[in-house]
Amino acid sequence: MSSPKPAVLALEDGSVYRGLAFGADATIAGECVFNTSMTGYQEILSDPSYFGQIVTMTAPQIGNYGITAEDNEALRPMASGFVVRELSPIVSNWRSTVSLHDYLAKHGIPGISEVDTRAITKKLRVDGAMKCCLSTLGLSDAEAIAQAKGWRDMAGSDYVQDVSCKEPYIWSAEDPANYNGIYQPVGTTLGNLPPVPRRFRVAAFDFGAKHTIFRKLIRHGFDVQVFPSNATAEQIKEHAPDGVFLSNGPGDPAALAYVHKTVTGLVNDFPIFGICLGHQMLTHALGGTTYKLKFGHRGGNQPVKNLETGRVSITAQNHGFATDPKSIEKGGGIVTEINLNDNTVEGLRHKSLPIFSVQYHPEAAPGPNDADPLFNDFYRLVEQRKAGKI
Amino acid sequence: MPKRTDLKSILIIGAGPIVIGQACEFDYSGTQACKALKEEGYRVILVNSNPATIMTDPEFADVTYIEPLTVEMVEKIIATERPSALLPTLGGQTALNLSMELFKAGILEKYGVEMIGAKPDAINKGEDRELFKQCMLKIGLDVARSRTVKSMDEAKAAAEEIGSMPLIIRPSFTLGGSGGGIAYNVEEFEAIVANGLDLSPVHEVLIEECLLGWKEYEMEVMRDHKDQCVVICSIENFDPMGVHTGDSITVAPAMTLSDKEYQVMRDASFAVIREIGVETGGSNIQFSLDPKTGRQVVIEMNPRVSRSSALASKATGFPIAKIAAKLAVGYTLDELRNDITRLTPASFEPTIDYVVTKIPRFTFEKFPGSDPTLTSAMKSVGEAMAIGRTFKESMQKALRSLETGARGFGAGGKLGGDELPDDQTIRRKLATPNSERILYIRYAYLAGYTVDQIFDLTKIDPWFLTQLHEITEMEKALRAHTLASIPTDLLRRAKKFGFADAQLAHILKEDVLAVRAARKQRGVQTTYRLVDTCAAEFEAFTPYYYSSYGDENEVMPSKGKKKIMILGGGPNRIGQGIEFDYCCVHASFALREAGYETVMVNSNPETVSTDYDTSDRLYFEPLTLEDVLEVYEQEQCEGAIVQFGGQTPLNLATALKANGVNIIGTSPESIEAAEDRKLFSAILAATGLKSPAHRTAMNEADALAAAHDIGFPVLLRPSFVLGGRGMFIVYSEQEFKDVVRQAFDVMPDKPVLIDKFLEDAIELDVDCISDGETTVIGGMLEHIEYAGVHSGDASMVMPPHTLGADMLATVRRAAHALAKELKVVGLMNVQFAIKDGELYVLEVNPRASRTVPFVAKAIGVPLAKLAARVMTGSKLKDLGFTAEQIPNHWCVKEAVFPFVRFPGATITLSPEMRSTGEVMGIDADLGVAFAKAQAAAKPGLPTKGNVFLSVKDADKPRAAALARELAALGFVVHSTSGTAQYLADQGIQVNRLQKIDEGRPTAVDMIKNGQMQLIINTPSGMIPRKDENKIRAAAYAHSVCIMTTITGAFAALEGIKALKNKAIDVKPIQKYRGNTRGV
Repeated sequence: MSSPKPAVLALEDGSVYRGLAFGADATIAGECVFNTSMTGYQEILSDPSYFGQIVTMTAPQIGNYGITAEDNEALRPMASGFVVRELSPIVSNWRSTVSLHDYLAKHGIPGISEVDTRAITKKLRVDGAMKCCLSTLGLSDAEAIAQAKGWRDMAGSDYVQDVSCKEPYIWSAEDPANYNGIYQPVGTTLGNLPPVPRRFRVAAFDFGAKHTIFRKLIRHGFDVQVFPSNATAEQIKEHAPDGVFLSNGPGDPAALAYVHKTVTGLVNDFPIFGICLGHQMLTHALGGTTYKLKFGHRGGNQPVKNLETGRVSITAQNHGFATDPKSIEKGGGIVTEINLNDNTVEGLRHKSLPIFSVQYHPEAAPGPNDADPLFNDFYRLVEQRKAGKI
Repeated sequence: MPKRTDLKSILIIGAGPIVIGQACEFDYSGTQACKALKEEGYRVILVNSNPATIMTDPEFADVTYIEPLTVEMVEKIIATERPSALLPTLGGQTALNLSMELFKAGILEKYGVEMIGAKPDAINKGEDRELFKQCMLKIGLDVARSRTVKSMDEAKAAAEEIGSMPLIIRPSFTLGGSGGGIAYNVEEFEAIVANGLDLSPVHEVLIEECLLGWKEYEMEVMRDHKDQCVVICSIENFDPMGVHTGDSITVAPAMTLSDKEYQVMRDASFAVIREIGVETGGSNIQFSLDPKTGRQVVIEMNPRVSRSSALASKATGFPIAKIAAKLAVGYTLDELRNDITRLTPASFEPTIDYVVTKIPRFTFEKFPGSDPTLTSAMKSVGEAMAIGRTFKESMQKALRSLETGARGFGAGGKLGGDELPDDQTIRRKLATPNSERILYIRYAYLAGYTVDQIFDLTKIDPWFLTQLHEITEMEKALRAHTLASIPTDLLRRAKKFGFADAQLAHILKEDVLAVRAARKQRGVQTTYRLVDTCAAEFEAFTPYYYSSYGDENEVMPSKGKKKIMILGGGPNRIGQGIEFDYCCVHASFALREAGYETVMVNSNPETVSTDYDTSDRLYFEPLTLEDVLEVYEQEQCEGAIVQFGGQTPLNLATALKANGVNIIGTSPESIEAAEDRKLFSAILAATGLKSPAHRTAMNEADALAAAHDIGFPVLLRPSFVLGGRGMFIVYSEQEFKDVVRQAFDVMPDKPVLIDKFLEDAIELDVDCISDGETTVIGGMLEHIEYAGVHSGDASMVMPPHTLGADMLATVRRAAHALAKELKVVGLMNVQFAIKDGELYVLEVNPRASRTVPFVAKAIGVPLAKLAARVMTGSKLKDLGFTAEQIPNHWCVKEAVFPFVRFPGATITLSPEMRSTGEVMGIDADLGVAFAKAQAAAKPGLPTKGNVFLSVKDADKPRAAALARELAALGFVVHSTSGTAQYLADQGIQVNRLQKIDEGRPTAVDMIKNGQMQLIINTPSGMIPRKDENKIRAAAYAHSVCIMTTITGAFAALEGIKALKNKAIDVKPIQKYRGNTRGV
């Protein structure tokens, strides 16, 4: 890395933070959000749900362990820009293949360091998520603020079409490039799962899916056929899967009427499991509504209580929108989980159909694995349906 | 599920005296637990032998026993109080072990006491190494490969199986692991195994995979009875495997783990706590990671609240001990609130947006002859913690918090100079772990070493090394400037890197106050950030701050009350520890009650003073002039209290005052006067008191002349130190020449003091309080040992047991006169000596002393609280304390020593304090009180068996009387040549033993064989002879009761008689309240 250049981050309210550039030389506008995870910047950057967003890490020292090919959640970083307090000048990790700076530079994504990320976080917490501009190209304050204000708003926009696959494909269980093996140190076998009696076929919608979701489906006994967001209910039915999966993804869930319609056409026919945007799609399919949270939930320490078991899990979350709990009632939806920090909806199921979803990320990556058993719950549901029990 | 209603009363066992490895963090956790359980309406029964704790203040438990932590005594407490449950996990290893002994002895079952938090089975699995290993393998976790072998052939096979060298060899059942070692090649392997098999009494050695140089981590985990688990904090050791965690520099959160690696460790932590079966509460789990392959190995777990959990609590703001106590009585994590954010629950994992660094504090200088290499056995006596936005800032702050003379990572101060040591020294200091290694890394960089070269020598993660390299590069960049020429951006960046004004002053060759002024003028201001558990995701309501240099200052507006700043004592060290924190906490409590807002500044994570709800505002900051002034100005305090935190804040007092700080209470001038010989002589003259003849000297030659002038023996000591550092009793010119340099080196540029030493004088400590008008004595403590033993190490009796009423009246008048003359407002401690009926003043300290908590417990009056009140203007008559109270019972203080940790060090009582902690024995009978104090300090007094008697000539007549009485009590007396002959001549039956190096068996053999129950050995000179020291070392190693003064031996005799003839009962301190008589 040559000697660092200046960079600027401007918010739509006129606040300007000046720091040092890293990653690519670029000017980019987007929604400024913060994430409180202390580890996992790589997974965050490559999570397609961050498409259109400029992510501020509250953890102050970032880049310490570099970037590792197998930890990617997409083939390239998906966030628009990256804001950190301090960037590590070196990489220290035996698995790492490339530095954070080189990774972002290669993929054209700008970053800014040496800014007061805590001050930015507090502003977003108090005033809500904001449009912003990040530039490493010598913009003046006024130019940067103007660019921030000029950015199209997230609400009402379809971001999914930008990140979804274009054609259906099979997520291969064998292809080494898919890194289906879950990371486990040599000598440790704690994470091993017992073999499943038989494998089921799942049709997985890719609204901007994190690869670890597919990896976990494979691991929990599914063969995964991936479909683009614009696949129709008919296409899915033609494929005759044992179950349907709805993935995470970016943007405003209300702006995806075509997906709502597709999912509505599937709810009576298949066991369905949704995560994050997938949960919001199920909400809409059941006739419910979603709304934008002030600053969202982004981090790896969010407590979620299952109202049916009373148990609390620590979950990884990344969402700016949430389900209105009242709105799903008439479609037969039941709120099963809530966030204990603000009591917003974190999970739902149908009162009689084998369909359920969670707002948080049971696949973790990054974050805690506490909710991993949900993949097994989905497997059992499919198994029971196949046995004609439900 | 809400709390259990079937439990009515809960017994909490404290950690006992402060020892290495178990310091005041357990007062912090125990105090939290007491508060938490009382708040829930349970009757809390507490037992702890340590009077200097906040937890043993009468209001924290319903019944408080200051009694020895032994099975016998705790059984008596259980029989009296009949608790429904015992919470064993909050008093460190002491409480855990004692709880297990109570369980194994069937006492818990007998009285129907349920163990809550952790059950015996879980404790057993967590503590038994082999059982633990099997549990780990069962759940699919890896452990260091090892094999126990009984022959060389088996050893070779095991080596083959485990794999490559190096290998660790640990002989079974040898003391302190002696005879073990690390083999780097086959030849060494065979030699060490052969030796180990020979040394092991069961001819067995453990061959273990060597993890030296691997990365080391700790996870602080909590679990509730619904099996909900959370990680409170991850900690990464800066020092790789091979150095005890307590002796390692540690950093939170883990800095070099990717999310994948971290989550595997998190999952493993939960699997461990579940498998071991800790039902509720906190556990600490240690991991090691091979930096080359990522292999992860479980090292050990502590199924209880630990030193690291105290650190984790302070690092994150999450009160682990308090929550652990609530979980133990049935609450679940989601039923409890996060105190800091108020609106969110405790069932979450703190996330932090700063970096925390802890550095241990060592005192090798007090144990000459011991090895300062850091190993797997803990040797540090305290620690400092610092918080910064980056590792660089936090490391520099932690280094200056340590008060070892370093100002940060170099740039002046101790081991921070610009001249480099030679290359060989640098390499040696890097390659072998030692307390100075961190500062030698800077020397290495300045000498041109690369990160890779330093990594090869130290195995410290390159990420940390690179951060340190950045600091050194900044130092070099700053050297090109003067204060006038330095660009403001660079200055700000330097402050963000954690550079103190004092470091900048050194680099820029300027006065420190000039740097400060220029910095402020350029707008480079300290900003304060909140410790909020959530990285600003939610609003925080608890004003817990650290300083940094950022865009925003988060200090919350005041409530409009007057604010008083209280300066804590910084890291624990020998001579300055829990007693001073106790006083600071009391000051805060008293002033809050009186309507002030209190602002606490301290850097010690082990303390109650750094609990976020002890004071209205908490600043976790180094105690340096810069850091303290910033807080004072920021908070616009009315005044500051410096007399409670020990020497640390006192050393700042004059400079603080010069910079506009209003020091309340006794003036810094009076405090100085007491230290300044000339001023002090004037005060003595004014009060008509006398002190032993004395001189002051600024150099060695003058010092020797002064000694001759006064006449030997003399007491030689530096000024302005606590704990008797560099203090010697010298009997001859030769001895004087041997040690005089050391006395000067302790406080360079300050004079040394030479006093006539009063032999065989009775020493008396007096603590009193004054409001400027009224002076009241809190307590008089008579030393059991003759003058010459540091008051921190001496055994003491309150009230005085040998002095007559006339002498005590004289002492009383003297103390009052001194308080008046020094215009004391607050506390004062005076040390008197009485020889041939004459009273001498040895020392006056117009500040809180180490004995304040002891005295407060003895008379049931909160002296430190009253002192804080008088310092803010209240009068003792309005506070209702105008008459000295003398207890009708006896209180005995005994000290505990860390000699077992420092093999090779001289074991003796001297003017240099070396004890780490203290215990209290209370009883209506003096002998019983003494016996209780001995039992609490461990080992207790024997009532039968063999006694070894070896005394100096002067003690022989009294030793004969002693031997006669011991023999009458049924002891068999053993002795060597001189003493044996003398006793035989007196007609006392004595068994003559060989002197060491003369033949065998010796006293040491008998000690090792468990045949010796009591050692009485008084030293013949300033330090014990080598053979004497061997006996003493063996006694400490094998927990044999030892007395090293003749007066101590007589007290022991009285204790033994009491044990044999009297009932030993327990009684809570609440029942002693009011058991005093006024004067």
